[in-house]
Amino acid sequence: MTGFHRGGILAPFVLLGWIYALILAHSPNVAGQAGPVFWAFVSALWLAAAVALNGLSNLRLKTPGARRFLGLCIPILFGAFLFFLWEVIVVGAGVPSVLMPAPSAIGSRFAASLPVLLEDFLQTFVKSVLSGYMIGCLSGFLVAIVADRIPFLRRGLLPLGNFVAALPVIGIAPIMVMWFGFDWPSKAAVVVVMTFFPMLVNTVAGLAAAGRLERDLMRSYAAGYWTTLFKLRLPVALPFIFNALKINSTLALIGAIVAEFFGTPIVGMGFRISIEVARMSLDMVWAEIALAAIAGSLFYGLVALVERGATFWHPSYRT
Amino acid sequence: MQLKAETVLERVTEGDVMGGSKAPSGLAAARPESDPATPAPVVDIKDLSLTYEAADGPVYALSNVNLQIAEGEFVSFIGPSGCGKTTLLRVIADLEQPNGGHIHVNGVSPSEARVRRDYGFIFQAPALYPWRTIQKNVELPLEIFGISKGERRERSRRQLELVNLKGFEKKFPWQLSGGMQQRASIARALSFDPRLLLMDEPFGALDEIVRDHLNEQLLKLWDKTRKTVLFVTHSIPEAVFLSSMIVVMSPRPGRIIDIIDASHLGRERKLEIRETPEFLKIAHRVREGLRAGHSYDD
Ligand SMILES: Nc1ncnc2c1ncn2[C@@H]1O[C@H](COP(=O)(O)OP(=O)(O)OP(=O)(O)O)[C@@H](O)[C@H]1O
Ligand SMILES: [Mg+2]
Repeated sequence: MTGFHRGGILAPFVLLGWIYALILAHSPNVAGQAGPVFWAFVSALWLAAAVALNGLSNLRLKTPGARRFLGLCIPILFGAFLFFLWEVIVVGAGVPSVLMPAPSAIGSRFAASLPVLLEDFLQTFVKSVLSGYMIGCLSGFLVAIVADRIPFLRRGLLPLGNFVAALPVIGIAPIMVMWFGFDWPSKAAVVVVMTFFPMLVNTVAGLAAAGRLERDLMRSYAAGYWTTLFKLRLPVALPFIFNALKINSTLALIGAIVAEFFGTPIVGMGFRISIEVARMSLDMVWAEIALAAIAGSLFYGLVALVERGATFWHPSYRT
Repeated sequence: MQLKAETVLERVTEGDVMGGSKAPSGLAAARPESDPATPAPVVDIKDLSLTYEAADGPVYALSNVNLQIAEGEFVSFIGPSGCGKTTLLRVIADLEQPNGGHIHVNGVSPSEARVRRDYGFIFQAPALYPWRTIQKNVELPLEIFGISKGERRERSRRQLELVNLKGFEKKFPWQLSGGMQQRASIARALSFDPRLLLMDEPFGALDEIVRDHLNEQLLKLWDKTRKTVLFVTHSIPEAVFLSSMIVVMSPRPGRIIDIIDASHLGRERKLEIRETPEFLKIAHRVREGLRAGHSYDD
């Protein structure tokens, strides 16, 4: 039997099995006191799902559209399966929600607190992260271009950059709060400090990445500094710059959330996490974590998407 | 060893005499500079030497090179790998600075000639920019020189047709074979119509048939446009077929050991001339020169 057949035949059964197991786990006489039969059933589903996913991922499809669809399906199914296990185990074994709430509980908490989450999102992501990210990346880029022209600046700044990059957020966040106050500007400042140096270091490396022949070609045309910069060196540096943009998209979110632990008005994702932990309402903490995960992934995904379009010619994307 | 050195010296003199005796056609190695009857040479090199400072000691890439190339000449450089052919072309193009000697390109220093955009350089590798389509790559020098968009389109179309790349304008370099990429780089150098073409093994990566075809095309172009071409190659038949003058070089230190006049083969040549006795005679002399250079290795 081919992988496709195995995967194709098993997949609907596995899905039905999941639904059945979920209903079973939530029924009053199983929840919190599931017996060995139930766990055996879950284990069997696990095996079946592994076989089905394996079959699907070994599939060789002909049309690119189908391949892309399958490429999307596999991680989604895999993720769904992990959530299923999480739900079934937490509900079936009756794990206390302080230790680990079930995904369904987190989901309903998320849905019930949408206004609060939106407010936190605006405060932390839109105000602190986005503004800090843009200022940090842009200034890192511009300083890199200046440093590239002035050798002593490059030699002085790069070691300093590595030093600052090694500083923990915990160290700089309280200082920024002292300097820029409790509201979002101090968080944005933390994000600027965190994103500036990765961009600087990557752009400087990218500007030096053009090959000898490619430079000689420009020289043979008697092209000036700016022409060479725009027509050769910046395009070559683009993959490096996007690398920094991707690194920074995750760094920025971490920086802003952690910075909120050190004094903030009564709004923001980091603020909410710290007070809800103290109140032992872990499902709200998890709802904020889910929000951070969604926002962070979308942000990263967006940057990666733009990168694909802009550096389609790079060996890692060529088709 | 002593004996071999003498034979080489002899060859140099012989080559010089040959070049000198052909004064009317403008062929001139070692012609007195002040000769008023002939125009200034396109390339004029005297006692040129260049040493690379490598980590494990100096590399004598060029030593005491003397060469004069008149306008409209097709000069091939042939010699074993590492004898300084690329280096010599790069010095002429002001991409490398010599340690000693004098060099003039079109009567001025190489850097002035470069700034004037006197030459087009075709490198040993295509050096196309992967983010530009083939057409955009060919238009790159025109963009830099500030030529209007309509004119750019027209010129790139013409050059791409000339190198048989019609229909590939919108492709990216990495979607083309190595030979096609090299042809695109030739189209790029031709696009701004430089009077002097520096070609560093442009056809090294091509198969025989395409190579023959491009050789014929290049010869036609040379005959029609009267450009001066400096052409590096490893192939004796290619050198003899194309050139009006062949420069044989030898390594360690890189120097010229023979300059052979081939202008009597005419400007219009068919591939068939490769079987003629005149052709074979010149080819034989090139081979002898290469042998003499190689014997230094022992
Ligand atoms: N940038 C450099 N630094 C140090 N040594 C170099 C450099 N470029 C060339 N050389 C050395 O100079 C010598 C001449 O090199 P060159 O590239 O001119 O040879 P070539 O005749 O073009 O050889 P090939 O036929 O293989 O292309 C070689 O010994 C080479 O190792
Ligand atoms: Mg070479």
